[in-house]
Amino acid sequence: MGRKLLLEHINVPGIHTLDVYRQKGGYRAVEKALKTLTPDEVVEEVKKSGLRGRGGAGFPTGMKWSFLAKPEGVARYLVCNADESEPGTFKDRYLMTHIPHALIEGMIVASYALGAKTSYIYVRGEMMPQIRILERAIAEAKAAGLLGKNILGSGYDLELYVQPGGGAYICGEETALLESLEGKRGNPRIKPPFPAIAGLYGCPTVVNNVESIAAVVPIINEGADEYMKIGIGRSTGTKLISASGNLVRPGVYEIELGLPVEEFIYSDEYCGGIANGKRLKATVAGGSSVPVLPANLSLKLANGDPRLMSYESLSEGGFATGTMMGSGGFIAFDEDQCIVRNTWNFARFYHHESCGQCSPCREGTGWMEKVLHRLEYGHGKMSDIDLLVDVSKKIEGNTICPLGDAAAWPVASAIRHFRDEFEWHVKEPLKSQETNYGIAMYAEPIAKAVTTE
Amino acid sequence: MSEKVKVTIDGISVEVEPGTTILNAARQIGGDIVPPAMCYYSKLAGSGGKCRTCIVKVSKGSEKDPRPMPKLVASCRTTVMDGMEVQNITSPEVLEARSGVVEMLLINHPLDCPVCDQAGECDLQNLGYEHGLQKTRYEFERRTFERIDIGDKIQLHMNRCILCYRCVFTADQITNKRVHGILNRGDHSEISTYIQTAVDNDFSGNVIDVCPVGALTDKTFRFKNRVWFTKPVDAHRDCPACSGKVTLWYKGENVLRVTARKDIYGEVEEFICNTCRFEKKATADWTLEHPTHISDASVISSNHYETMIPLPVIQENLHLQEANRVELEKTAKL
Repeated sequence: MGRKLLLEHINVPGIHTLDVYRQKGGYRAVEKALKTLTPDEVVEEVKKSGLRGRGGAGFPTGMKWSFLAKPEGVARYLVCNADESEPGTFKDRYLMTHIPHALIEGMIVASYALGAKTSYIYVRGEMMPQIRILERAIAEAKAAGLLGKNILGSGYDLELYVQPGGGAYICGEETALLESLEGKRGNPRIKPPFPAIAGLYGCPTVVNNVESIAAVVPIINEGADEYMKIGIGRSTGTKLISASGNLVRPGVYEIELGLPVEEFIYSDEYCGGIANGKRLKATVAGGSSVPVLPANLSLKLANGDPRLMSYESLSEGGFATGTMMGSGGFIAFDEDQCIVRNTWNFARFYHHESCGQCSPCREGTGWMEKVLHRLEYGHGKMSDIDLLVDVSKKIEGNTICPLGDAAAWPVASAIRHFRDEFEWHVKEPLKSQETNYGIAMYAEPIAKAVTTE
Repeated sequence: MSEKVKVTIDGISVEVEPGTTILNAARQIGGDIVPPAMCYYSKLAGSGGKCRTCIVKVSKGSEKDPRPMPKLVASCRTTVMDGMEVQNITSPEVLEARSGVVEMLLINHPLDCPVCDQAGECDLQNLGYEHGLQKTRYEFERRTFERIDIGDKIQLHMNRCILCYRCVFTADQITNKRVHGILNRGDHSEISTYIQTAVDNDFSGNVIDVCPVGALTDKTFRFKNRVWFTKPVDAHRDCPACSGKVTLWYKGENVLRVTARKDIYGEVEEFICNTCRFEKKATADWTLEHPTHISDASVISSNHYETMIPLPVIQENLHLQEANRVELEKTAKL
């Protein structure tokens, strides 16, 4: 049984209220940090814990905090990125719905560490219930003296606001989020300058994911040394995984990093195996943006060792045989799922969500979507497959923000690992409309590691 | 800090002020190594970084931190560091990525150059000529929009737009109240004046000049002539609103259109007012200066007066000067 840090009390009735949350030891971290630690000590603790950003990129949170510019007389901001809209990821919503005070507690500690007097939680516009839950929780915390002027008599002031998002996936990109928060069109900014230097209203800003901020609470409560003991290597602590797809028990799970993928999928403690007694065909390990992997590579590394749920192990082998941790949106596909259709579905999403600011992403996402649509519906040509690879290469790395990469990777990886299925859609246009390609040899152990490209 | 920093672009070193962008450093060197720019406009703050045609490779970050930058960077928005080494046309990677960007720019462009007023002075045409493929790989219907009139003098032809945002910045910065922006997102985003609110600002005509393609065109010049049949002449008038320094485009004795003067990068030198642009179309309104210098690479110079002057290298070589004596005398007479 893995340790739970964030979701330990998730099943306690009324945990969303301040009273129950405090009975279960809530807001200890605020008291500890504000009364016994200096802001720099909090930053140092988080840095030492090795906590890595839970939003997708996996950048060490403590490091990000220490980069924050601290000019005299300029306000600093902490912004919580709760614009969770990655297909396959729903962990932040779960956390905010059931245990909103965990986020608020984390926000208070993190704001204190960064010296922010005003902090924002930018919540995806579609999550209206969560916005109401958070606002209610903030009001409760304020009434209890945990927010506002002179928190717990420490002399530290903090105002916390919830901002409903503009309703676009791109607003989850940190600079687009800041633009949107300022009331402008949510276009990503051109970096540099990074938000740590000039972010919200031109002031130094840190943007962190909901889970990263909530994870600060156990780090302060138990100390960085305790936190570091959980996990493996540079992937420390626990991670929320939103498991979806053809699983017996999909849902949000808190895992200790380093859990084998095989155990996560098949053990009864977690997902309980593939639904309806079918076999696993492929997985997307970290939300729609990361490369898709066939079953054999999902469970085992290219050298035959088991693949673990950690930042390093998932990206082992680069893009040739690996993927990424991403935001923890774990999607499993059984043998009856069509990879071409799924790739088209992702491409359609990125086409719809591209902001249209820079040309490769604006035009390329639409192009890929159209070609994939043609392939999926049996009108494709053999040359389309190479065309897709070429277009995805021309988008990747040439765009302002990572949305271009996120659009290119699923397409490139699907073709890299499932080319035969794409070819089958071209060769058998009628059959492909009625039946599925099936599992082919994706679930077989690979004979030897092959590095392509 | 005012010490100059040294940057090397394609093997050519130049010393520039700190804070200069790679693109502007390259423009100080000049020539073929200047990256093309479709969205960057030096007179508009905040422009650039969007079209990605100016991407370059930074093979050495700086003297202090010699690591190369991991990705290709937009040269118009990346500032130089001391000791930075940049590869533009010497890097095959850059050229390939740039041709990819040009292909992306063209897939939804209608390629209606034969009926487009911008043809002949179109940045996208030049770019496509240099970097584009001969044949498109895009086999789908291109996005289409209805034409929109912005006021009675300007027409927006959204099909041709490459979403460089220059006109949006112009509306933001040159004119005093913005009635101009972007609607929607992705490849269906469009330039819009909210519900076709006419831009009646006195400087609104400048959006025509900043547009790198034929998306914003002058309705008073629409379908009047091809630009390469007209002769540009620099002229000025005493204008109360603007500098009054313009280029008149003549066909015979008629002034077909008036534009601001543009430099070699297609950027206007000074923005002009709508009165000068749309209403003063008689030679009598203007004091003529001299024929406008048009680069001999441009199609506009192809049938005109500009230059019988032999290249400087010939003038310096006495032997060749002697050989070209007849031509030189002709030039002197002209």
